[in-house]
This record gives sequence, C-alpha cells and structure tokens, in this order.
Amino acid sequence: MSDITSQTLTSLVKNIKEKKLSSEEVTKAFVDRSEKSKELNSYITEDFSNAIDKSKKFDEKPNLDLKLPGIPIAVKDLFCTKDIRTTAGSKILENFVPTYESTVTQNIWNEGAILLGKLNCDEFAMGSSNETSFYGNVQNPIDKGLVPGGSSGGSAAAVSGQLTPITIGTDTGGSIRQPASFTGTVGLKPTYGSCSRYGIVAFASSLDQAGPMSQNVEDCALLQEVISTYDNKDSTSIDFKRGQYSKELTKDIKGKKIGIPKEYRVEGMPKEIEELWKKGIEYAKDCGAEIIDISLPNTSYALPTYYIVAPAEASSNLARYDGVKYGFRAKGENLIDMYEKTRSEGFGSEVQRRIMIGTYVLSSGYYDAYYLKAQKVRKLIKNDFDEVYKKVDAILTPSTPSSAFKIGEKKNDPVSMYLNDIFTVPVNLAGLPAISIPAGLDSAGYPLGLQIIGKAFQEQEILNLAYAMEDKINFKNKITDWWIK
Amino acid sequence: MSIDLKTIKHISKLSRISVDEQKAEKLAGDLNSIFKFIEKMNELNTDNVEPLTSVAETTLKFRSDEVKNQNIREQIIKNSPEDNEDFFVVPKVVE
Repeated sequence: MSDITSQTLTSLVKNIKEKKLSSEEVTKAFVDRSEKSKELNSYITEDFSNAIDKSKKFDEKPNLDLKLPGIPIAVKDLFCTKDIRTTAGSKILENFVPTYESTVTQNIWNEGAILLGKLNCDEFAMGSSNETSFYGNVQNPIDKGLVPGGSSGGSAAAVSGQLTPITIGTDTGGSIRQPASFTGTVGLKPTYGSCSRYGIVAFASSLDQAGPMSQNVEDCALLQEVISTYDNKDSTSIDFKRGQYSKELTKDIKGKKIGIPKEYRVEGMPKEIEELWKKGIEYAKDCGAEIIDISLPNTSYALPTYYIVAPAEASSNLARYDGVKYGFRAKGENLIDMYEKTRSEGFGSEVQRRIMIGTYVLSSGYYDAYYLKAQKVRKLIKNDFDEVYKKVDAILTPSTPSSAFKIGEKKNDPVSMYLNDIFTVPVNLAGLPAISIPAGLDSAGYPLGLQIIGKAFQEQEILNLAYAMEDKINFKNKITDWWIK
Repeated sequence: MSIDLKTIKHISKLSRISVDEQKAEKLAGDLNSIFKFIEKMNELNTDNVEPLTSVAETTLKFRSDEVKNQNIREQIIKNSPEDNEDFFVVPKVVE
C-alpha cells in the first residue's frame, strides 16, 4: 500500500487489525514522509529509529485488541515523555529529559501506540503562530510562508501534512482549535478536568487542557476516548462517567438546539468568515438541528480577562525555572544575578512579556484592580454560558476571525496577535468543551474552521454534531506537498 | 494609566528577569498597548460578583498523607545544571 500516510487513523487501525498492514509498514511510511518534510520544521525531537524498533517488536507479538495497535504518533513537545527530551519550545528546557511520563501520553502508549517524536510549539504554549518557539517557525503545509497557527502549530502541521496519523495538542486559549482551523484539520478542546494535566508543562493551570488533533471527527473521537481518564495525580481531574466516544458516535442530530451568538459577529470580520458561518448554519439545519439566536453579552470582555488570568498563572508556574533544579543556567556573580540572567537568557521575549504582565497584575496595589476584577468578569462570562445552555444544546461560531496569516505579519504587534483567539478564549474561561472542524476555503484557498461549543462533559454531543456536519460539508484539504523535493 | 520605566524595573526585579534600558523601553511600550486593551474590562460593573477561581466544580479529593520511599533521589538530581553527589549546587550565598 503506497498511500499509507494519507489514510485516516480509523482506517490504519482497521488495516492493522485485519493484518493488511503491519505496524512496521505504517511506522516506516510515516518516518519516511517525516524525513522528507524537514522544511516544515514540525519536529523538535525525532525518535524515528526507536519508533521502527518498537514497531518491529509490536509485530512480533501483536495485541490487536488495543485501540491504537502499533500506530505511530508524534505529540506536542509540551507533554513530558520519559527519557525523551521535552523542551516546551523553550531554550530553558533545551536539555531537559523527563524521568516520568505524562498521563495523557501514557494512556496512548497503553493502547499500543508508538512515539514518533516531539512536535514544535510556541514557547510554553504562549503564541498563536508558532513563531515564539526557540526551535524556529513551522511552515503550514497549506502554503509556503504561512503560519500553521499556535501554540500547537507543529502538531497541526504534522497532521495536515500527514507526518503523523493523529496527534495531541494542548489548548489554553485556543491552541488546539486555532491551528486546526488554519491547517484544515479537526481539533477538540475537552472539558476542563477531562484529560489529566499531570506531566504537561504548565502554562495557566486553570485553563490548560490536552486534546486530540486529527484529519476527521471519527479519529478525534477515538483518541479522545483513549486520553480522557480520571487521574488522582491531577487534583483538578474530574471523576465523571466518560463515554465510548467513537462507538457512540452518530450523525443523528435531529432536533438538537444550536445557538448562534450575536456577539461573535465582530467588527472587521472578513465577509468570507461571515459567509462560512451562514453556510454552517444551513448545514446544521440540513442535519435536522434547530437554530436559535442567542446572546452571550460579556463576550467582548473575554480576551482582556484572559490576558490577566493566563499571564498571572503563568508567572507563578514559570517561577520554577531558576537554573537550579533543571534546565538552562546562565553564569552569575551571585545567586540573584544567576536567577536573573538565567531567566533573561533562557526565556524568549513573548514569555518574558507574559511573566511581566502576570507579575504586575498580582503585585501589591494592583491585585484587586486587575486579577480579582478579571476573576469576577470570568464568573460573568461563565454565567452567560450557563444561561444560554438552559435553552440550547450547543453553540456554533467561526473558529477564528481570519484564515492563516503570513509568517512575520503579526509578530511585532502583540495585541493583533492576541485578537486571533477572540472566539476560542471564552470557552477556556468557562471550562467548556469545543471542537473546530474545517468548513471551507477562503479566496486564497486557505482553510477556515467552524467551532461547536458544548455543555461541560458533553463531548459526545459536540462530536456527534461535528460528525453530522462534516458529512454535509465534505471538506477536502488541498495539500500539494510543496515542501517535498 | 501608563507603565513607566521605573515600574518596568520594579516588575523585572519581582520576576527575576534582568532587563537593560533598551529592553525596558520595548517592554514599557508593549505593556502599555496590552493594558490599554485590557482596561476595557473596567467598563463592567462587578460589584457583588463572586470571583471565579476554578471551573472544576468539585471538592478536592483527600488522600492519606503517607511517606512513600520511592528512592528517586537520582532522578530528581538528574536534570540539574550543576550538582555534587546528592545536592544541587548554586553560587555561594554565605561568605
């Protein structure tokens, strides 16, 4: 089979289970394509020869009852992987080799998957274009010179470019959904507490969630089923009854009530996005869903709130990088000088900016005016969702206010970069699940995504809606393999 | 409100990130434009609103407070930039 890398995860699993393909054949195909795809700069650390060894071992005694039997998977370099370097896209962790495994990745290996390597991301997941990574820009497989989005940019590029059948990213303010939208792929941010945060390099702990990024909804459901487990090593992991998401997947969404929030019609939004949204509404109607106009009145306050809460949590989470216990150390004249130089040389400029914002809003005299105020606004934003969920089952919005932009275009304007997350951030503040599915192309041929936001713990509901709509949309990603010589 | 260089120096000290003049000026510019955008939040009346600290509406689970001898001393020290036997080494702090 020559077209192994263009197969969906579901089809690869089926072929391995039916012994039509071996794990070694599949792994070699993805390794080979990854080797030819260096120009995308998707990987920070490759683990190709180990992956092939592991695939051979799998084939010697294949356990075909597993959910991901011998499937090679590359993961975002924010997940700690035992004995494999984990950088979080930062210079400060350039030589960090974890002695333990994150729960989410462990869940994947337990189901038979094999690590291909660690994927590029914005430094400490802070960014929307993958340009803050110490390890360089990632190219969007859609077109040369285009950002893949961020922070899970390497992950999105790797799925879209078919370097891995599926992957996992993390989403603090849109870091799974925005890059999925920019690369024509599917990305799910689960409910806060659904996937364990244990072993994920922390950014903003009250917002961070891991989730799948895939070629289609069915694959996404299968991986979500594997990674979502209750974990006592994460004190905010929630013990609720998780579904068999892939088995319970259905296109029957008749009578489901979908809300359309008027506040997401933002000023300056390109006409193409507006059109896409309208088309999305028609698709949902075609599937038998009922459309209801709703209001989320505090939407415009979500981004300002996020840019207090997330940096505040980041500034305290990143206090651990002091050049003593692990990570990069700069030489200093004394202890304090060593700390200050280590952090100044070890962190990139966006991370420093956010640590500074966070430190400021938590500092004496400003705490009430900024941090406490933001927590109160966060409550109002969550109340908005609680209120509309009395009337609707889910909410449909565009995923991003634009398609992918050029590398360098927004790099020097932090606020315009932050505006990218305008539709995704409210979901993290309220702790809800949301999925982005590719829904069309703009005039330049760049993908655009639609976002379906669900009630807490109702991943199945939004997966079903996405599954039904995906069928109607019938999106085809235009990947020309321009980077393969 | 505007964040001046003196404030930048103060925050840099609190966050243990060294900042030279040039970097301080760049940061002041960036932070001022970011805070101008953040100030929008103040339009909202939040009197009598409870601050939301966590969206996970569950009570923390208790576990027994047991000492576990996992014997991971070597693992803990493994990634340190400088160590000496079982200790992290830092620049001299007492004369």
